Amino acid sequence: MYLFCLQIIYWLHYYYNNKQVAGSSTAIKQPLRRTLQPLVVCAAVKSIHQLVLMIEVKNIIKGFGDKIVINDVTATMQTGKCNLIIGTSGSGKTVLMKCLVGLFEPDKGEIVYSGHSFTAMGEEERKELRQQIGMLFQGSALFDSMTVEQNVMFPLDMFTKWSFAEKLKRVNEVLDRVNLKDANKKFPAEISGGMKKRVGIARAIVLNPKYLFCDEPNSGLDPQTSLVIDKLIKEITTEYNITTVVNTHDMNSVMEIGDNILYMYQGQKEWEGTNQEIIFSKNDRLNSFIFASEFLQDAKDMRMLEMKGKIDNNRNMDDLIK
Amino acid sequence: MTFFTELGRYLLMIKGMFSKPENMKVYWKEFMHQCNDIGIGSLGIVVIISVFMGAVSAVQTAYQLVSPVIPKSTIAQIVRDTVILEFAPTLVCIVLAGVVGSKIASELGNMRVSEQIDALEIMGINTKAYLIMPKVAAALVVIPMLVVISGVLGIWGGRLAGVASGILSAAEYDKGLLSSFFAYNVFFALTKAYTFAFIISTIPAYYGYYVKGGALEIGRSSTKSVVVSCVLILFADYILAALLL
Repeated sequence: MYLFCLQIIYWLHYYYNNKQVAGSSTAIKQPLRRTLQPLVVCAAVKSIHQLVLMIEVKNIIKGFGDKIVINDVTATMQTGKCNLIIGTSGSGKTVLMKCLVGLFEPDKGEIVYSGHSFTAMGEEERKELRQQIGMLFQGSALFDSMTVEQNVMFPLDMFTKWSFAEKLKRVNEVLDRVNLKDANKKFPAEISGGMKKRVGIARAIVLNPKYLFCDEPNSGLDPQTSLVIDKLIKEITTEYNITTVVNTHDMNSVMEIGDNILYMYQGQKEWEGTNQEIIFSKNDRLNSFIFASEFLQDAKDMRMLEMKGKIDNNRNMDDLIK
Repeated sequence: MTFFTELGRYLLMIKGMFSKPENMKVYWKEFMHQCNDIGIGSLGIVVIISVFMGAVSAVQTAYQLVSPVIPKSTIAQIVRDTVILEFAPTLVCIVLAGVVGSKIASELGNMRVSEQIDALEIMGINTKAYLIMPKVAAALVVIPMLVVISGVLGIWGGRLAGVASGILSAAEYDKGLLSSFFAYNVFFALTKAYTFAFIISTIPAYYGYYVKGGALEIGRSSTKSVVVSCVLILFADYILAALLL
């Protein structure tokens, strides 16, 4: 508003000054062009900024009593990418994620969603923003007394005025998207852990959110189901161009979907990079965390050689054994 | 210090309940669901307690009224007034504190521990308004109804026991019921019912909503909520009696 007023004053000032010299017809065109040009550039820069830097974490500090759990963490969660927060147990991953979604209030620092400060928002503004957020919880957090269909339909019941048929259509669409068919009438107690996670994802994306948070999506799942969930999260992220933040321990997830990885150590950001860069990382703590076993260390060495072109990507296992 | 912290948090919870519903239809559905749970769910126990409460009251009053000067219809008067003034509102509400209170506390506690409340918060729903308000509203509507039903059944139970045990005839009982009746007593009973309904719904909701930990803590909070509710009901009973009678 302030900027707009300044522009009007500037434009009027420029118009009257030029009117005396060059006449009114040319006087309007020149200041208009001069005024609009920087405005258009500003708007373009701002929109690009909003598109690229969807969630910014600025110097977050969070403590409980005397213990500081998050210490001065700064990071950027990018749009259309899976942003992973990794770290050992107690490193502050979950607390950071809960700060991001507003379940915990940071003691210091700022969280910015697409240029809007989340920490400075009032309760009503937060409620509006939260309608653009979907979250998959570690234990899925499905409503026990509701069927799968009712669970997924719940956000639609609450925030839309659609007819039942429209809501059911949308529910079936998202359940189809997460490969869950014929489970509509089942209760959470009657389905497996992997199915619960998929129902959780379906409920999180049913309102087409801009931001998706997943708290340990693979915990308690077998490796095969974990891969299915990872693939699903990755596909949904790119398909809907949403900002996904995943909090995980799972090394498969790191290597498969880690577009942007944030490694936390004792409440601080220790390392940041991509799943390609993590292979070549010289950070000892990160390496001992990610490639903890001898098997994983060997796999890492193999991948490094592959990426350096010393081994053919389509290598034959028999050749390797020889 | 802890008392004031808890009191402050309780008052903030009450304040948080009053906000504009995100979708009135969903809130109404939840309210009706709670009315069914609290009302129909507790009706059986209320019926049993009330009938026996009236019956025992009639038999024991007759046992104490040994003077031949006092007419037998007085038994009906005493049963009526005791049931309306004390037994129906207080005894029934203490039982409901156990039945309904533990249900509310454990339901909310379980939702808190399994992150269902967090899930609702992240959806942008005011969880205090959505989870607690329908329960409180349902309790305020349904519990006074249960108290009225209890009063009627208590008086009927007294008549049944009096006639069955040959203490007095049905006509004597009915005569006693109609003599010296003060409608103010019913008003007093309903005032108590509304006050106790508020206690029965909000105290367990508070303990359940703010529970931390796991299954053990849910059990503890549920027990604590019932104990605190019962104590508060008795305390409020005395205050109301002192103020209104």
